[in-house]
Amino acid sequence: MSEQPLIRARGLVKRFGDFTAVDGIDIDVAPGEAFGFLGPNGAGKSSTMRMIGCVSLPTAGELRILGMDPAREGAAIRGRLGVCPQLDNLDPDLNVRENLTTYARYFGISRPEARRRARELLEFVQLADRAGSKVEPLSGGMKRRLTIARAMVNDPDIVLLDEPTTGLDPQARHLLWERLFQLKRRGTTLVLTTHYMDEAEQLCDRLVVMDGGRIVAQGSPRSLIAAHSTPEVVELRFGDERPAGLAGKLAGIGERVDPLPDRVLVYAADGDAATAEVHRRGLTPSSVLVRRSTLEDVFLHLTGRTLVD
Amino acid sequence: MAVLATRVTSRSTLAVLERALTLYRRLWRTSVLSSFVLPVMFLVSIGVGVGGHVGQVGGTDYLSWIVPGVLASTAFQMAVGECTYPVLGDFKWVRAYHAMRATPVEPGDMVCGWLLYILIRVEISVAVFLVITASFGTLHSPLALLTPLVCALVALAVAAPTMAFAASVDQDSYFALLFRFVLIPSTLFGGVFFPVDRLPALIRPLAWLSPLWHGAELNRAATLGTAPPWPVAAHAGYLLVFAGAGIAWAFHAFRKRLQD
Repeated sequence: MSEQPLIRARGLVKRFGDFTAVDGIDIDVAPGEAFGFLGPNGAGKSSTMRMIGCVSLPTAGELRILGMDPAREGAAIRGRLGVCPQLDNLDPDLNVRENLTTYARYFGISRPEARRRARELLEFVQLADRAGSKVEPLSGGMKRRLTIARAMVNDPDIVLLDEPTTGLDPQARHLLWERLFQLKRRGTTLVLTTHYMDEAEQLCDRLVVMDGGRIVAQGSPRSLIAAHSTPEVVELRFGDERPAGLAGKLAGIGERVDPLPDRVLVYAADGDAATAEVHRRGLTPSSVLVRRSTLEDVFLHLTGRTLVD
Repeated sequence: MAVLATRVTSRSTLAVLERALTLYRRLWRTSVLSSFVLPVMFLVSIGVGVGGHVGQVGGTDYLSWIVPGVLASTAFQMAVGECTYPVLGDFKWVRAYHAMRATPVEPGDMVCGWLLYILIRVEISVAVFLVITASFGTLHSPLALLTPLVCALVALAVAAPTMAFAASVDQDSYFALLFRFVLIPSTLFGGVFFPVDRLPALIRPLAWLSPLWHGAELNRAATLGTAPPWPVAAHAGYLLVFAGAGIAWAFHAFRKRLQD
């Protein structure tokens, strides 16, 4: 990495009493990068994000954001961050435009400049026609877009997005991803947490997989799949038969066989060849799905658990 | 654990005040109306109605005697009211303080910005109240012009600890305790409707603890042109110390709730 990282953590720890939420992680986020934390609920993603957002102090380890120390220069750092929290905290009694202009004032932005930016950002998140409306009647996707616009109001160096599309319907998610992708193209550094593998694959240049407060793997989505999975996966379902009992009969097909409660996953370079071998052995699955490997498979392989349960 | 000291900057404090005023713009008409109607009802029912039976208190007609007390109690009640549900709501339901926390605004700015807002609200009510009571002919000294200052002190002394309390609780049911055991007894026994020296000697010190009593006595001294029971500096000093301690508590409570 030639440029100085915008975020640098070494041995970062966060403890709440006896509970260790973040257990000694190292991170470097470069300018212009889209960096993701992938993991199930309770993996330590949000605790890490709160430390990066300077609202939670590290218990141990070193953390530098924009070259500054959050313990001493929190306000200065926050002035250059944009935060889209997991729980919406828009002002329901202010209208859409006022939510942006009021927030801009917290950064010391002048009133005329705040109005100018609000106009521009509402255009960007496609809410210009709702500028005068109340927040309450907006849909979940619109509220989230407004929160993202609010996070952009100080023209931040880094935008932090905590579970940006959790709870949104598929159409709203795609619209949001498209907007975030536009931000990325403008060169904005994005740091996001997610437990959706498709989100991580779509948006992140690089990501870390977290489990139990630790980083269990890191790299680009593609390199993670190459390193921890096979190009293709065959999902076999066997009606009423218990998948666990079939593992023996499937042994040796592909590179690895993973029986789950409801189906068996066969990891193989060539899914069709693996399927042919299953049939040759006289097995008759009720359904066969050959697909490409995803980050879900990487996570399953690394932790033995699924991301969303 | 207070590694991050609470800093207060005028820029951030004014931004917090600005949000409060933007919200207030939506409801100021009804609120000014109620700050006008309530004291008038009080004065007519108790001052004129009850006063007709009471006659005089210490050589003053009853209406003139309770006006300064009701004035202080208006500031007191507004400060408590605006620092309970609105403050808890901005932590729990609106999460406005969490939104501010993600910006350069510090917990101390949130406290000071809201206190400034309370002062503005209180002074509007006080001004309306003074105009009405002046027309009843109950202000007997030009020193009455000092009552807005006294009311500001009462409001600060009450608002700051109430904010701290609201920032420390997680359920609004605690406010019922505050109203029942602090607000109502203070209003009834804090020297608003009858002199505190009518209370049994054992209970009197409890009234002295209430900021409302000190505010009521200072206001009374101002509108009647008489000397308060304690030296003016003692009354004012008590209110200042109360406000200072309350602000320190509020800083601490806000920081504790917003940072781990």
